[in-house]
Amino acid sequence: MNRFEYVRPDTVAHAVKALADRDARALAGGTNLVDLMKYEVTRPSRVVDINHLPLRQIEPAPDGGLTIGALVTNSELAWDPRITKRYPLLASAILAGASPQLRNAATTGGNLLQRTRCYYFYDPSTACNKREPGSGCSAIGGVNRIHAILGASDGCIAVHPSDMCVALAALEAVVNVEGKDGKRSIPFSAFHRLPGSEPQHDNTMLQGELITSITLPASDFGSNHTYLKVRDRLSYAFALVSVAAALKLEGGEIRTARVALGGVAHKPWRDPDAEQALSNSPGAP
Amino acid sequence: MKQSAVNGKVPISLVINKVRHELDVEPWVTLLDLVREQLQCTGTKKGCDQGQCGACTVLIDGQRINSCLVLAVTRDGAEITTIEGLADGADLHPLQTAFIEHDAFQCGYCTPGQICSAAGLLREGRAHTRAEIREYMSGNLCRCGAYTNIADAIEDVLRQRVSTKEAAE
Amino acid sequence: MSSAEMLHVGRPISRVDGRLKVTGQAKYAAEYPAADLLHGCVVSSTIAAGRIIRLHTDRARAMPGVVEIFTHENSGKAARQDEDWRDDIAPPGHPLRPLHSDRIQFDGQPIALVIAESVEAARDAAALVRAECAIEPHCTQLEAKRSQAYVPPEKRSGIPPPSDPRGEPEQAFAQAPIKFSREYRVHAEHHNPMEMFASTCVFEPGGKLTIYDKTQGSQNVQSYVASVFGLKPANVRVINHYVGGAFGSGLRPQPQLFLAVMASLALKRSVRVALTRTQMFYLGYRPDTFHTVSLASDHQGTLLSIMHDAVAETSQYEDYQEALVNWSGLMYRCDNVKLSYQLAKLNKATPCDMRAPGAANGVTVLECAMDELAHELDIDPLELRKLNFASMDGNTGKQFTSKALDACYREGAAAFGWSGRRREPRAMRDGHELIGWGVSTGTWEAFLQTASARARLTDDCKLEVSTAASDIGPGTWTILTQIGADALGLPLEAVSARIGDSTLPASPVEGGSWTAASNGSAVQAACEAVKHTLFKRAQRMANSPLADASFEHIEVKSGGIGRKDDPRRSLSIAEVMHAADLTEIVEDGQASADPEQAKRYVSYTNSAVFAEVRVDEELGIVRVARIVCATAAGRILNPKTARSQILGGVVMGIGMALHEEAMIDHRLGKIMNHNFAEYHVPAHADVDDIEVIFVDEHDDKVSPLGVKGLGEIGIVGTAAAVANAIFHATGKRVRDFPITIDKLLAA
Repeated sequence: MNRFEYVRPDTVAHAVKALADRDARALAGGTNLVDLMKYEVTRPSRVVDINHLPLRQIEPAPDGGLTIGALVTNSELAWDPRITKRYPLLASAILAGASPQLRNAATTGGNLLQRTRCYYFYDPSTACNKREPGSGCSAIGGVNRIHAILGASDGCIAVHPSDMCVALAALEAVVNVEGKDGKRSIPFSAFHRLPGSEPQHDNTMLQGELITSITLPASDFGSNHTYLKVRDRLSYAFALVSVAAALKLEGGEIRTARVALGGVAHKPWRDPDAEQALSNSPGAP
Repeated sequence: MKQSAVNGKVPISLVINKVRHELDVEPWVTLLDLVREQLQCTGTKKGCDQGQCGACTVLIDGQRINSCLVLAVTRDGAEITTIEGLADGADLHPLQTAFIEHDAFQCGYCTPGQICSAAGLLREGRAHTRAEIREYMSGNLCRCGAYTNIADAIEDVLRQRVSTKEAAE
Repeated sequence: MSSAEMLHVGRPISRVDGRLKVTGQAKYAAEYPAADLLHGCVVSSTIAAGRIIRLHTDRARAMPGVVEIFTHENSGKAARQDEDWRDDIAPPGHPLRPLHSDRIQFDGQPIALVIAESVEAARDAAALVRAECAIEPHCTQLEAKRSQAYVPPEKRSGIPPPSDPRGEPEQAFAQAPIKFSREYRVHAEHHNPMEMFASTCVFEPGGKLTIYDKTQGSQNVQSYVASVFGLKPANVRVINHYVGGAFGSGLRPQPQLFLAVMASLALKRSVRVALTRTQMFYLGYRPDTFHTVSLASDHQGTLLSIMHDAVAETSQYEDYQEALVNWSGLMYRCDNVKLSYQLAKLNKATPCDMRAPGAANGVTVLECAMDELAHELDIDPLELRKLNFASMDGNTGKQFTSKALDACYREGAAAFGWSGRRREPRAMRDGHELIGWGVSTGTWEAFLQTASARARLTDDCKLEVSTAASDIGPGTWTILTQIGADALGLPLEAVSARIGDSTLPASPVEGGSWTAASNGSAVQAACEAVKHTLFKRAQRMANSPLADASFEHIEVKSGGIGRKDDPRRSLSIAEVMHAADLTEIVEDGQASADPEQAKRYVSYTNSAVFAEVRVDEELGIVRVARIVCATAAGRILNPKTARSQILGGVVMGIGMALHEEAMIDHRLGKIMNHNFAEYHVPAHADVDDIEVIFVDEHDDKVSPLGVKGLGEIGIVGTAAAVANAIFHATGKRVRDFPITIDKLLAA
């Protein structure tokens, strides 16, 4: 772990200011950033401890959805009655990931920003375009049974490791961020990105921006949903592949279908073809 | 806005096992290394230092958390319970007693983490069946393979709690 | 000791060290304080072969708190001869000398040691050391070196080479009506005990060292340190009271030990060096192995030929060997057997015995082949094993001291409900899951090693038994206490055990499942010697009621010594000692194998493992729903801790079957999944119902206590039982361990 400056702002404005430095990193639960710092994968010049920001609420959103503060922990979110009732797909995806200890520390914002589990990304002695742009991708042609099968590039075959984000993709959440130029909202599908020629960028946030909350739309999929995760052991392992599926039924027919895949691409992968094939179909095989 | 001083250290206050500590801590010190190396509280174990084994599990404000991934400065003001603080004086915590009775360990190295994790699990109140105990204890690896006995011990304490609660009602 | 005299032995006593372990008071190697302690962090090579041109340490030295950085250029004086570096367990070859030269022979090899005033400074400065290397070609792929495999020219002490061929195995194979040859592979596994390797070397004025080391043998470490650094053994004390698991990885001194001592001697300060979890992957491991197993039988299933050829990996610098194929010549009766075992050198660290070394992998493939034969013959796989039951060791022609394997088959099958099995694969299903039942035999040699112990009985009827054994988890503290208590008729509370200290009576390393039999028998012998001395003293007393008694007629119990046939004729221990003007009686005892008996007999622990798996047909997810493990292991000293040992072995067997595998990028020569997130060991969710049965087995030859040992047997056979159950569920045979989802779906 490198030596760094530690700051602990009380307001979002202060935090945004502190994050303006190019090598500053926001620290919340620490379950990924501290790990990355120990592996010397991330060497921030400044660590901005955002745990004291007022971002711990789950509140009704104006359009009838829910707004979830960036610092709400994964456990709080998964077990919140509003989530288990209206967005059970999200709850089951969260509970499929990590362990209770990690979920007690990891936050909503942090989960969106967690980095790939690609072996090479974590090993600074190997070439990795995500860790060190331009150095090459050791995973291509290497040990890569956990890597991308969709949307990969010549420069990166890493996958996004989150379970929660797969459900958020299916639910079409919105990510609310704040930076030096003000606030903006990013649709979930536009938040994470494919590696292309810039795999160092996992998402479309701008330098110095901070996630303040995410918003779940009013339109929920409370009744018909599943999160299915296939992994190398029965719990506490990253997905080899996972599926978040949610359906709206009318009169026994599928009206709307949402399908997102995890563990297969650089971002949670919405599958519009599958959704279209299922929508307005009788459903049962 | 609090920040590190020129010498890099940050003044923080932690209550560890009911004792208040006023400390000057470098921000790159984890809670795990703070208790083990600086406070000589070595009951909390380091099994991977990467948040992957659960041996370092402690209770922070009542919640089970991997202390190896917590920079101590980020928990300024928190109440922390480690394995050394679970017993009530000479009286062991029921989980400690059950772990001995069910032989829920061999080498004993993952044990403090297993017990603290189980204490968190009981407090959460979400595990009701054996399958749920197994799932919600999966963040605690045991290489000696004492899982069967650990589940027995936790189930035992869970049942005692349910029957005590029912008797009270 | 007869069973009637045993009040504590054989009972499910809770661990005597339990309270210390559940309260966090049991101290492990990295947890002992020392004044002005320095912390060391190892810098590892990131290439698999080559030479160090230059180590750039400037940035690391500039880190506040850094005291010194050791490399091959300033690592100081150490022994020159390989002989001096060879520990008790070392295989033939040139033992690794950390920081000895510029030569790199494997990825992860220690190349520098950063010493600093704090854990953080050492950790963070180590990351700043950069090695400039001349890279040389490397090979980490066993496939690539298989054709260059060789028979190790020098045998490893204690490891029997494959026995000579018997009968006409090739001819019998050629002529047999039922036959096949199959290729199997068991990938490298890593011990990964929960406690990471660490050594705390406390430097005392005058140069004496007390070393708290994570080791399975304090005296092995003591003699290693003494010979490597040219110290007097008396000036090196090694303590390992508690060891956070090891499974074989602590049999040999690991690099952090050398490094901690080297730094301590050079800096004349106490030093602790702890490895990281990643660095744990560069220590020894269970070697990657290829196997060709050829079986032939008649139409009824009688084995006509067994051939087992294996190739295993080893390092560039040592010829690690284990008994990998020998099992195929002794588990079943067969007149025509041929076994071979070869090594291939790779750019990896030397493998290191891992739980049931050679058997966990070697028996697995034989037992899978037996399952394939049963399927070929369309007979019950358990019946096939019974049909070929070996009542003597075909490799040596010797008799077994006991072999209650038939009871294991019978009782295990009954508990499992084996008779309800439908023979054809894919016949059982529950919803989307296919159900399969598999069986395997397990076996492991029962050893009695030479061990010493001391018993100290004080006039207040307190007994201390001591031996330099280690307790890595099986419960040695507890069983030695039980044995001592019964030997002198004392309550458990009056007995304390002392182990984990090189100053105690001589003990072998804890390994091979021999500790209970060897150290336990030594403790028993020491207590017997105390009893004898007490008796002699009692007889010398004026008007002694025992004057005319012989030793066989007396017993020591409840704080007294008296005649068995007339309890009124007795004396209290206190009065005997006081009359002799003694406050304590101290005697030593020893246990060792009887060479005469060894000419005629061999001893093995045996087991039958039954597994039920549930396989999601579409997704390939395997759940091990239940295991029944029936074991014949002679006398069971403590059913509670004994059961735990079997449970632990079974869990590691599940890991071998489904999870554990070092994934190597052969282009780079690097293990890539070097952590617990990607090297999967079974978690709570993977372990469901496990039933442990100990069948009755009386053995008066295997060891004075009749004990065979349990540390290894639980893992042997488990992986095969699971694999065979997967075949029964799915009809798919995966011969490449671990059986991961991708392999199963592709099969």
